[in-house]
Amino acid sequence: MDNGFAISVRNLVKGFGGFTAVDNISFDVRRGEIFGFLGANGAGKTTAMRMLCGLSCPTSGSGTVAGYDIARQAEEIKRHIGYMSQKFSLYGDLTVSENLTLFSTVYGMSDKDIRLKSDMIFKTLEMEEMKNCLVKDIPVGWKQKLAFSAATMHAPDVVFLDEPTGGVDPVTRRKFWELIYQASSQGITIFVTTHYLDEAEYCNRISIMVDGRIKALDSPENLKKEYASGTMDEVFRIVAKDAKRGD
Amino acid sequence: MERYIYEKAIDVQSVSKQYGKIQALEDVSFSVAEGSMFGLIGPDGAGKSTLYRILTTIVAPDGGRATVAGLDIVKDYRKIRAEIGYMPDRFSLYPDLTVNENLHFFASLFGVSVKDNYDLIAPFFDQLVKFPNRRAGALSGGMKQKLALGCALIHRPKILLLDEPTTGVDAVSRSEFWDMLAVLKDKGMTILVSTSYMDEAKRCDRIALINGGRILDMDTPERLVAGMGDNLYNASARDMYPLLLALRDMHEVQDCYTFGATLHVVAGADFNPEEISVRLNRMGFDDVEIYPAKGDIEDLFIKLAGNG
Repeated sequence: MDNGFAISVRNLVKGFGGFTAVDNISFDVRRGEIFGFLGANGAGKTTAMRMLCGLSCPTSGSGTVAGYDIARQAEEIKRHIGYMSQKFSLYGDLTVSENLTLFSTVYGMSDKDIRLKSDMIFKTLEMEEMKNCLVKDIPVGWKQKLAFSAATMHAPDVVFLDEPTGGVDPVTRRKFWELIYQASSQGITIFVTTHYLDEAEYCNRISIMVDGRIKALDSPENLKKEYASGTMDEVFRIVAKDAKRGD
Repeated sequence: MERYIYEKAIDVQSVSKQYGKIQALEDVSFSVAEGSMFGLIGPDGAGKSTLYRILTTIVAPDGGRATVAGLDIVKDYRKIRAEIGYMPDRFSLYPDLTVNENLHFFASLFGVSVKDNYDLIAPFFDQLVKFPNRRAGALSGGMKQKLALGCALIHRPKILLLDEPTTGVDAVSRSEFWDMLAVLKDKGMTILVSTSYMDEAKRCDRIALINGGRILDMDTPERLVAGMGDNLYNASARDMYPLLLALRDMHEVQDCYTFGATLHVVAGADFNPEEISVRLNRMGFDDVEIYPAKGDIEDLFIKLAGNG
């Protein structure tokens, strides 16, 4: 099935007992798009993202990710996406090169491809001298670039980034966004969450989730016009201020 | 009413700390005036948490000395603990105890009653009172944060030490949290707060930018960014990423980086905005705009961290 979208969901709902974490959301993400998925704490972002990654089955509604059905083809989805989060992405007690081998083996890459791809990553990231260092000993900026490379080395259609830049310094944060730009220009679709609202400006389009629903969805430029705001920070405050959940 | 405050609530002199081969803190000195709010601004791994562990007397420094509430962190460590309220960077209440049980537990540790000190936490704690019997582990992120702040304040400390209280918290809740801190400061509380969000810096009286275990610069937020705008420009065009690469290639450009909706350009000698616009147009860029920018803390951090 090919509808031209990397992600396409309709009326997606996820309930836990009497609580509706994700309440009827619908949206499409184009191929190669950088899509920012924003929302207040507790808005339902993580639950929605888990459904999109094939980790959780929707209560109702339907959708495709990389052309595969989120309810029936979860295993296919997992093979065609990459995932990275700031909280956990790499094994600190493995070396740089062991981490890459582990991730690419999990994704079923051949030994030869793993060798070729790893060498290419070491070269482009200028990490050749570090490849035998334990990941826990390398600086945070390198760790991030490496985590992103590990999440994209199997050439996924879509990569999900869950707060990839939380707690990171302004210089490293910007370098990371340049990696995102590069991946996007190579046709990889980027689905990213962040609490840094300057980063929302770097997305092609963003959605803002409030209490399980998508309250706003458009390009940063159009959203700023719609809410008569100068920055995405102001837009977010206006859209999210009436959130009932989270606090 | 203006208050003149001279006493140092916290005084840190040349403090260093090493863990194995890692120099977590290197010759760090600063002081915090009583009744003021001081911000430690820097990323994860900058050394902020190590500094908190030293000031809360959990670990001793390798070198240097420090006082908290006029008490020596090594000699008087027991006395210091009653004078401070500490909220560590990780949620560290008992998840299996309820809201009420946690609060009463912390009050009893310090030999005070919740009732006597409740007025201090009431402004932000009233929402939580609705769920006295909910287990702390089952609270939402924002509620946990309020409970942790309540437990850190229930013995009415003189000094509040907050280590990254807003990490992973959304923009609206972050701003509410800082409103709560402003109320506490108005009541005379001294506050030392750390953050990796540069935009929070302007809510402090004084800040220190910290990275790699060293203080890069320290002053009031206004004074730190004064003069930053002298050679700083905004630049935008329809295609932002190619614009970033093109500007970086120009010899008149010292540095160029993303800054929300625009790029920030640090201008070198011979930088002429009109001439650069024309050149970019000729290179095929549409809707080129270049105009002066006001620098802020994030620009300063990039400048200092980039040079270090």
